[in-house]
Amino acid sequence: MRIHSLESFGTVDGPGIRFVVFAQGCPMRCRYCHNPDTWDPNGGIEMSAEQIAEEALKYKRYFGEQGGVTVSGGEPLLQLTELTELFRILKDKNVHTCVDTSGICFREDDPRYDDLLAVTDLVLLDIKHIEDEAHRRLTGQSNRAPLAFARYLNRLNKPVWIRHVLVPGITDEDGQLIKLKEFLDQLGNVEKTEVLPYHTMGKIKYQTLGIPYPLEGVQPPEKERIENARKILHTERREL
Amino acid sequence: MKEAWRGFERGKWCDEIDVRDFIQRNYTPYEGDGSFLAPATEATKTLWEQVLQLSKEERARGGVYDADTDTVSRVNSHKAGYFNKELEKIVGIQTDAPFKRALQPFGGIRMAEESLNMYGYEVSPRVKDIFTHYRKTHNDGVYDAYTPEMRRARTAHILTGLPDTYGRGRIIGDYRRVALYGVDFLIAQKEKDKLLKDGSMTPEKIRDREELSEQVKALKALKEMAAEYGFDLSAPAVNAREAIQWLYFGYLAAVKDQNGAAMSIGRNTTFLDIYIQRDLDEGALTESEAQELVDHFVMKLRVVKFMRIREYNELFSGDPTWVTESIGGMGIDGRPLVTRTSFRILHTLVNLGPAPEPNLTVLWSRHLPENFKRFCAETSIQTSAIQYESDDLMRTEMGDDYCIACCVSSMRVGKDMQFFGARANLAKCLLYAINGGKDELTKDKKTGLPLQVSPEFAPVLGDGPLDFQEVIKKYDNMMSWLAGLYVNTLNVIHYMHDKYCYEALEMALHDTEVRRFFATGVAGLSCAADSLSAIKYAKVYPVRDEHGIVVDYRIEGDYPQYGNNDDRVDELAVWIVKTFMNKIKSHTTYRESVPTMSILTITSNVVYGKKTGNTPDGRRAGQPLAPGANPMHGRDKHGALASLESVAKLPYEFARDGISNTFSITPQSLGKDE
Repeated sequence: MRIHSLESFGTVDGPGIRFVVFAQGCPMRCRYCHNPDTWDPNGGIEMSAEQIAEEALKYKRYFGEQGGVTVSGGEPLLQLTELTELFRILKDKNVHTCVDTSGICFREDDPRYDDLLAVTDLVLLDIKHIEDEAHRRLTGQSNRAPLAFARYLNRLNKPVWIRHVLVPGITDEDGQLIKLKEFLDQLGNVEKTEVLPYHTMGKIKYQTLGIPYPLEGVQPPEKERIENARKILHTERREL
Repeated sequence: MKEAWRGFERGKWCDEIDVRDFIQRNYTPYEGDGSFLAPATEATKTLWEQVLQLSKEERARGGVYDADTDTVSRVNSHKAGYFNKELEKIVGIQTDAPFKRALQPFGGIRMAEESLNMYGYEVSPRVKDIFTHYRKTHNDGVYDAYTPEMRRARTAHILTGLPDTYGRGRIIGDYRRVALYGVDFLIAQKEKDKLLKDGSMTPEKIRDREELSEQVKALKALKEMAAEYGFDLSAPAVNAREAIQWLYFGYLAAVKDQNGAAMSIGRNTTFLDIYIQRDLDEGALTESEAQELVDHFVMKLRVVKFMRIREYNELFSGDPTWVTESIGGMGIDGRPLVTRTSFRILHTLVNLGPAPEPNLTVLWSRHLPENFKRFCAETSIQTSAIQYESDDLMRTEMGDDYCIACCVSSMRVGKDMQFFGARANLAKCLLYAINGGKDELTKDKKTGLPLQVSPEFAPVLGDGPLDFQEVIKKYDNMMSWLAGLYVNTLNVIHYMHDKYCYEALEMALHDTEVRRFFATGVAGLSCAADSLSAIKYAKVYPVRDEHGIVVDYRIEGDYPQYGNNDDRVDELAVWIVKTFMNKIKSHTTYRESVPTMSILTITSNVVYGKKTGNTPDGRRAGQPLAPGANPMHGRDKHGALASLESVAKLPYEFARDGISNTFSITPQSLGKDE
């Protein structure tokens, strides 16, 4: 599996204290992406599922009742087989597994998704934009696959946390937030919806990589806009 | 005693000095939350405002508000001084006026003079004359006995921060004894102990008798000091206010007597809570009054000041006094040693605002009451001013009545003392191993050539990549030399400190048969471990100067770095700690003290780094070493737990004087919910 990096103390990607694996490679080019160094599928380092699991298990005693391992990225589903293998090992050791994905690689006819979800406890699904056209402008890709993935997870009744990055003028308008909420209301498996305010901490990475920063001049959202989005999307956690 | 001890459960503590027994029989563990706490009273606010004004003025005057240049500070040297006599519930300051720094030349007259000069003061000719011609100081004694090799090691800074020009500090009297027993009882006990020191007059016994006499004199001086303020310390304290006042007088006497590097105060809140609780139960005190007493006590601890040279403050990034107060922890019977007064003292951070002193230190155990844990966390978030240490780790060795000196050094209150030993630079030691004991930065003043600090060991020869086996063997040898020199240097220092700057008052508040620690320390651990790792796992080529001294290193390839929970390098760090400690242990220490070691440079690592050349891990000359047992800056790449796991592998049994890890984290990275 191609890996960008490992984080032993993740507290923001899923419940509890988590070991976070940042997978290398992503087909999306989200304009607000703060990890452009994870795009190149040939970058990073190669580690086997066993090696990654071994690293993660060093921290098992910190996981407590809620924590576990999150694979984020990059786009972890690019490496579906390896990811499934990793989660299988972790489930054998009774570790909570979580994948943080855009769902962009999802294909209904790929049976390997059933295998992955069989060993996945929680999916953090990023919905970048509910409107297809805007989604294309923002990420370079259609949102058909992500939304199909959301419906698929709903059919499996797999717990999902929806994440929505809030960028002023791009993803924070009431109209599309309400639309997103309507879509989510059709799903019965959404445990929680998180609004992640856009930040500019990724900017330095663009400079290092020599890539022009796509959101030059865009400021992080005002507190009031964040509250507004959280209100519309009902971000408090609920028991399923 | 009858009136003072009313309502207390009697026991062994009534017949002999045993504060722990008193606490265990009488304290009330508290498992509730902080909702009972009271805000600052008007008197507290007025007084604190006055302190803030003085602090402001002190800064405006360049760091010193006022300084005594003629009265040599002793326990009973000054008349009473006040901020506002009407409002102060707890009284007593170091000199006769607030913020006036004391003159303390027993550690060394030159240091006292230099520090005064830096701030525009002159020591009086009378005092200078006395301490130059008639009264020898600690510093004079040390330099009379230092060997040339010791001086070289000091010049080259492989041994550094040694307490040879200033007070060693770190000794903590059991100030609770003053309150519980009154001074007359303590004097009587010491007189009794002195009678036992009879028979053949060996040098040791003569010294013991002399020291006991000094202790008794110091206790008498303590009574005189308190009498200046209108209190009679002969008898025990009869209520909470007196208990705090008596205890504080004990501490005040110590800081008047000694300008020590760290003047910590012990573990007092559970003890004081017994008095406060009794007064509350008797209806003699309200919660607001109780909090006021604690606030005023803490206020006094916040204004403890010493006259020091500017470099000293730079070394420690501030003007630290290390008035460490240890709070909480668990009793060995399983009851938490948390009381309402543990809450009250932490609450001073809210009532008076956050401050670095006193250094409030929570002895953390996973068994502490949940409410107290929450309260600590909330107060930490609000004030960032609490230090935490593992009670679970220390209690095993130290029992449940130990306290912390300085930042991490644990001792049983009134039963242990220590000889503070500053530290040896193990990163530099590795460079010495490679260069055969020639310093990479310091030149011999006569010849202009690199200073040969150790005897001439065989250096690494050739330009090929360094051979791990060869380097580690040479490093082992160099550590043997360094450990021997280090112990001997400290032996000289502490012999002379006992002789010329003896802590009579603090030792009077210890058992006569005291356990002594010989507290060595190391700096540059992670740099040395990474350097060895680079030599082992990458290729490291030496770069030599015109004298053939290796002054730089060219590294080819990657190597595992300490701080990533990678055994390949973490084991090297563990090896260094064990090896150096074992070598320290093999030497004879002064007064049969028990050797310990610390890994705890908190800010001085910056200065030590300045004196250390390029190292084989790629660190450039002059760059800081990591603080304490921290990984080198920016090299821990796998997040907090991986970094902490590396540090946690260091064996505490080989570093009993404490291991520190400086760790910052933003609230956001601790999760999203409250």
